Amino acid sequence: MNELAPTPDLPEGANAQDYLRMYRQMVRIRAFEDSANQLYLDARMPGLTHMYSGEEAVAVGICEALERTDKITSTHRGHGHCVAKGAEFKPMFCELLGKVEGYCRGKGGSMHIADQSNGNLGANAIVGGSMGIATGSALRAKLQGADDVTVCFFGDGATAQGLLYEVMNMAALWSLPVIYACENNGYSEYTKTEEIAAGSILARAEAFGIEAHQVDGQDVLAVNTLARDLVARARKGEGPFFIELMTYRYHGHHVGDINRLYYRSKEEEATWKETRDPITLFGAWLTREGVASEEDLQGIESAVRAEAAEAVSYALDAAYPDVSEVTMHVYAGEG
Amino acid sequence: MMREITLSQAVNEAIAEEMRRDETVFLIGEDVAEAGTPFKVLSGLVEEFGTDRVIDTPIAEPGFMGMAVGAAMTGARPIVDLMFGDFLYLVMDQLCNQAAKTHYMSGGKLKVPLVLRTNLGATRRSAAQHSQSLQALVAHIPGLKVAMPSSAYEAKGLMKAAIRDDNPVVIFEDKLMYQDKAPVPEEEYLIPLGQAKILREGRDVTLIGTSSMRQVCEGAAERLAGEGIEAEVIDPRSIVPLDEGALLASALKTSRVIVVDEGHQSFGVTAEIAARINEKAFYHLDAPVLRFGAMDVPVPFSPVLEDLTVPTVDAVADAARKLVAGELIHAA
Ligand SMILES: Cc1ncc(C[n+]2csc(CCOP(=O)(O)OP(=O)(O)O)c2C)c(N)n1
Ligand SMILES: [Mg+2]
Repeated sequence: MNELAPTPDLPEGANAQDYLRMYRQMVRIRAFEDSANQLYLDARMPGLTHMYSGEEAVAVGICEALERTDKITSTHRGHGHCVAKGAEFKPMFCELLGKVEGYCRGKGGSMHIADQSNGNLGANAIVGGSMGIATGSALRAKLQGADDVTVCFFGDGATAQGLLYEVMNMAALWSLPVIYACENNGYSEYTKTEEIAAGSILARAEAFGIEAHQVDGQDVLAVNTLARDLVARARKGEGPFFIELMTYRYHGHHVGDINRLYYRSKEEEATWKETRDPITLFGAWLTREGVASEEDLQGIESAVRAEAAEAVSYALDAAYPDVSEVTMHVYAGEG
Repeated sequence: MMREITLSQAVNEAIAEEMRRDETVFLIGEDVAEAGTPFKVLSGLVEEFGTDRVIDTPIAEPGFMGMAVGAAMTGARPIVDLMFGDFLYLVMDQLCNQAAKTHYMSGGKLKVPLVLRTNLGATRRSAAQHSQSLQALVAHIPGLKVAMPSSAYEAKGLMKAAIRDDNPVVIFEDKLMYQDKAPVPEEEYLIPLGQAKILREGRDVTLIGTSSMRQVCEGAAERLAGEGIEAEVIDPRSIVPLDEGALLASALKTSRVIVVDEGHQSFGVTAEIAARINEKAFYHLDAPVLRFGAMDVPVPFSPVLEDLTVPTVDAVADAARKLVAGELIHAA
């Protein structure tokens, strides 16, 4: 088992509470995804969904460096971002099940979940579709003299979209407070990243004069330390920045992608789960550093699992939208 | 006497007034600042509002369109300048998948108050990629509003209403009309989207014309008047929302309708309006609703060919005559 290196200089202001919240948030994402996967397997969830399991340290490491007023844009694999930015389980499960108490009244579903109360501008079913939105949010912040930062999450596959290069160009020209967070999980659907990305991903950002970093996306402290630094600097007008987070998704591309031997091996999956799991690694660090005991961590785990189970049964019993809602919210200001 | 200004000045005034009134309004697009756009519509704005609010971009339509969506979602009111309507194809994802759907998909929580101002219109000898009238393309997408000013007066009032609207609004200006003058009051006014205007009353036939096709309809009406045929001319002013009530009322009154729009005729604005009139006024009609759109060909460069592709006063007047004479009634 690889271990997280002890972090000699702990982030300023960080304390046991912060570490435990980070741990808890990662566990919450894992628990949310396990429940969502089970809802799919039990044929109780309409449609498909994309699991974030394995990538928890990316969303949590970054979102724990953000204020509530900071913004994020998310992807089709967006539950992790949503939880990490502060969303609650009940309205999330309700959304996944198309219930009226969902964050989007059941009209968005898994791939469009948005939680503007916490600055989540929404998941996006168009790969790369939110790059303009994130950069525009940063432009608005700059124009209005607001000090919020926007983080744009996207996958390695999305780096093939031209929009990224259009908006990075403008973000760099205008020093916008945006951080491009590329979650490199090694795959774009059923294709390995090296087959779809020529050259170096970091070098693409650097070509625009954007400071770019690669970080171990399984190491929540490394992610968080880097993110705190970049967020603080972006707030001061030193943005944009680019981060490539090396990570791995445990499940298939979506919950229905079960037989995946044709594109990746069981051994590869097992190696990541056994030696690079972000929650296990951080848990080991917490106990080793004396921040928490095994029992503390187990307590967090069982409390979170109970919360998830309760939210799932709440959502299963919750009401669907009234049929009159079908024509509601096509236009703002018209009910 | 009310002063007369050009359509270009009217758009400029509308934007300037709204930018003075609301500091969250900003302009973004290619060569909008010092250059004031290739059509010079925005000249002078950067001098008043500075480069923070009149923002020149690189040539990256999807990029700045997407950024406008993000800025609008988070509290600004961007006006996107798309140099030619033909470039709509480049921004379709950001406009139709993102801007148009965000309010609905978020269950009403997020709003995208932005204006996309662009243009339409052939016969500038600009060939197939700088001459299209693509209003039907965006009118098809729920969540977008679409306005089509037919004079300087409409251009100003509709632009001001669009900027204050909480939804994404696409405004098509006819690039041949930028220098056309019309009376425009000094006092402030807005034209709400979804209110058609009867430009001329008549009892024999209704001519519905969008944007510069209003001039075609008015020209035809003038000619018909000399022959004793009274044509009613109506400008819908916005096609989404569409003032169906006003169009139907006129159809009931005259029993004969011709719809004229410069988009390609097939699957377009004229088809939609004709279908609605057929559905809701069928038993009041004396003849089928006729349509004139651009020919279903890419716009050709050669002037002799290009002029054939757009609706004309001659064609509309001729059709109206036949309608009124009962020559187009096919029923046995
Ligand atoms: C524009 C577009 N093209 C294709 C798809 C289908 N699609 C959905 S997810 C995906 C792969 C995305 O890979 P990546 O960006 O690496 O994200 P990951 O799924 O690995 O998190 C594809 C091709 C899409 N949704 N949008
Ligand atoms: Mg990927």
